[in-house]
Amino acid sequence: MNKMETMTGAKALMTAMEKEGVKQVFGLPGGANLPMYDEFARCDIRHILARHEQSAAHMADGFGRVSRKPGVCFATSGPGATNILTGIATAQSDSSPMIAVTGQVPVNMIGRDAFQESDIIGMANPVVKYAFQPRTAAEVPEVVRKGFYIAETGRPGPVLLDIPKDVQQNEAEMTFPEEFKIEGYHPWTDPDIVAVEKALDMLLNSEKPIILAGGGTIISSAFAELQAVAEALMLPVVTTFKGKGAFPETHPLSLGPIGMHGHAEANKMMSEADCVLAIGTRFSDRSVGTFEAFEKRLKIIHMDVDPAEIGKNQTAQIAVIGDVKVSLRIMVKLLMKRAIKKSEESTWIKHVKETRAYWKENLKIHPGEMSSAKILRKLREILPKESVITTEVGQHQMWASLFYDVIQPGTFFSSTGLGTMGWGFPAAIGAKVARPDVPVVDIAGDGSFAMTENSLATAVLEDIPVIVFILNNSILGMVAQWQRTFYDRRMIGVQQQHCPDYVKLAESYGAQGIRAQSMDELDKAIKNALSSDVATVIDIPIDPEEDVLPFVAPGTSLSDMILPS
Amino acid sequence: MWAILSLLVENKPGILFKITHLFRARNFNIDSISVGVTENPNYSKITITTIEDEKRVEQIVKQLDKMIDTVEVKHLDEHKTVYRELSLFMIKLSNASDSMEINKLANAYGGKVHDVKKDSIMVELTATPDQTQAFEELAKPFGIIDVARTGVAALQRSGA
Repeated sequence: MNKMETMTGAKALMTAMEKEGVKQVFGLPGGANLPMYDEFARCDIRHILARHEQSAAHMADGFGRVSRKPGVCFATSGPGATNILTGIATAQSDSSPMIAVTGQVPVNMIGRDAFQESDIIGMANPVVKYAFQPRTAAEVPEVVRKGFYIAETGRPGPVLLDIPKDVQQNEAEMTFPEEFKIEGYHPWTDPDIVAVEKALDMLLNSEKPIILAGGGTIISSAFAELQAVAEALMLPVVTTFKGKGAFPETHPLSLGPIGMHGHAEANKMMSEADCVLAIGTRFSDRSVGTFEAFEKRLKIIHMDVDPAEIGKNQTAQIAVIGDVKVSLRIMVKLLMKRAIKKSEESTWIKHVKETRAYWKENLKIHPGEMSSAKILRKLREILPKESVITTEVGQHQMWASLFYDVIQPGTFFSSTGLGTMGWGFPAAIGAKVARPDVPVVDIAGDGSFAMTENSLATAVLEDIPVIVFILNNSILGMVAQWQRTFYDRRMIGVQQQHCPDYVKLAESYGAQGIRAQSMDELDKAIKNALSSDVATVIDIPIDPEEDVLPFVAPGTSLSDMILPS
Repeated sequence: MWAILSLLVENKPGILFKITHLFRARNFNIDSISVGVTENPNYSKITITTIEDEKRVEQIVKQLDKMIDTVEVKHLDEHKTVYRELSLFMIKLSNASDSMEINKLANAYGGKVHDVKKDSIMVELTATPDQTQAFEELAKPFGIIDVARTGVAALQRSGA
C-alpha cells in the first residue's frame, strides 16, 4: 500500500490512470465530466478531442488493438454516454481492450430522471466485459486498477467506469492499491499439455489437416508460434477475417481468409480438409457458413482463452483452453522434442499449393482500369510492409480482405464482429497515436467514411496524419450488391449521388484531398500522402456495379461459394 | 433436460439483473429462480432451474462462470441434491366438507394450513416442483384462487 493522500475523485482517476501508463485520452467534455476534464490542466495525460463520442471510442479501440494496452475514452453523461455505446459494443464484439469513462449525474440525483441522466450501466451491461459505478470518491483508485486489469487480461474487452459528478468532486483519503482480489475472475488457464499432445497426434494422423487462425492469434501475438507449427507440420493456413494477417499472406502455406467473402482457395481447401486446428476463433457464422455443415465433416481441435467459446458454435473433439500463444508454444516444444519436421510434401499439401497457385492466377477480377483489385494491389505495392491498415465496413472491406495481402502479421484491423460502419477512420487515428512511426491507412468506402468523417478535425488539429483511402462508388455498395442479388435489383436507399465531394470536404477541414482517377494518379496520390505531414483523403471513383466475389450466400456452406463468372 | 444451477455470487447491487439479462441475451430460459444471502453476508446464492438440452445447459454454465461477479457456478445432479420450493395456495371452500378434505390433502404433502376463512383456505407447502405440481392438480377441483411459488432452493448432499 502506498501512503494515503487527500485528493478529489477526479484527481484520483487521473493519477490512477497515469499509474496504468495512460498517455492520452480520446474524448469529449460535457456537464457531468467537467471535474475530470479540469484535471487535464494538472497532469501529463494528453487529451485528444473527438467530434463525436462514438469516434472517441473507436479511436481508443484502434489504439488498444494496435498497442494491446487499453485505449481510454471519455464522454459525458446522458447522450455522451449513449453515443459511446456503439464504440463500446464494437470493442466487445472484437475483444478489444478499452476503458470508457463516463460522467454521471450526482449520486443523489440518480434515478430521478435528471438532466442528461441515462442509466448507462444498465444499457452497457450486455456489451461490456465489466462496468463499475463508484459511489464514493475513495473507491476510484481501486476501480481504475481493477478496470484496467479486467480490460487487458484473458480475453480482452471494454470496461466502463461510470463516475457520478459528486464522486469526481469529493475529496477523500486515497490509497492506490497494487494488490487486489477479484474472486470470480480467472482470466488465464494453463493449457493442458496432454490435450496439446493429443491435438498434435490428431494432426499427424489426419490426411488433410489445416490451420484456421482467428483473431485470438493476433490478440495474443502468437505469430512466431503459429508459423513454427505450420512450417514444421507443413500445414496450410487459412484465417478468419478477423485473423487476417495472423500469418504472412505471402507465405507459400497461406491461403488467406475463409468465409462469406473469403479467398476462393481458402474456402475450397477448408471445405476439403478433414481436421482443423482452430486457434482463437469463435467460429462466427460469417466465417464458417452454416454451423452444421461445417462441424459434421471435420475433426475440430479448438484452442481458445475463453472456455465459453468451446462448444458454443462448434463441437470440438479436442479443446485446449488457455492463451493460444502458450498453447502453441507447448506444441512447438513437443515438435522439437519429437524431432518432427516435415520436409516431404504430402499429396494434400501438393494439392493445396496447386489450388493456391491456380486461384492466384485465375480469379477473375472486375474489368476496367480502376477495379478494386488493381487499386488495392497498387496500395500494397507502394506501402511499406509494416504499415497499419484499418478498414471501414462494406464492399471495400471485403475487397481489402481479398486483394490486400498482409505481409507483416498483426498490421490489419477491422470491425469484424459488430461490423460498425464509421469505425475505420477514427480507429486509424487511434492506431496512429499508438504507432506514429508507421503509415496508417484507413481503407474506406464513401458510405462508411461519411459516418465519422468529422474526425478529420481531430486528425488535422491534433496532428495525426493518417491516410483515408476511399474506394468511392457513391453507393452503399454492400447493400446495393445484396439488392442486386436477392431483391431483383430494386435499389432502395443506397444512392449517395456524389455528395459530398470528399476532396473539398478534406480541404474544408484543413486536410489534404486528392482525387485519383487513373492508376497513374493513384500512384502519385499514395506517394504524396505517405510524405504528407497532414492527414490525406484519397478519393478514388470506382464502378458502382462492381460486386464482391467470391460470395458464400448466408445460410449456405463454404463449398457453395459463388465465383466471379 | 430439467437442470438445477447453483450460483455463488458477490452480494452486490445489480448482479441479479446481470444474471437474468445473460439468460435473455443468450436466448436461454429461466424456469425458476430464487435468491438469498448466505451465511457469509458478502455472498448470495442464486438457484436457477432451467429446461434446456444438455449442450445448452453446459453453455449456460460456461457463460455464467465467465461472469466476473459469479464466484462459483454448479450444475447440480438432482439425484444427489436436496431441492425444495415453498408454495402458498389460496383454495376455494364451496362445501362444508372441503375444509376437511383440503386439510387431509395438505397433510399428505407435508403442508400446513393457514388463514382458514368461511370461503377460502391457505395451504403452505414445502416440496419438490413435481410434488407441488401434483398437489396443484389435486387442489384444482376445489378451485385455486391464487398461488405464489418461491422457486427452488437446492443444496448438494454432503459427500455427493
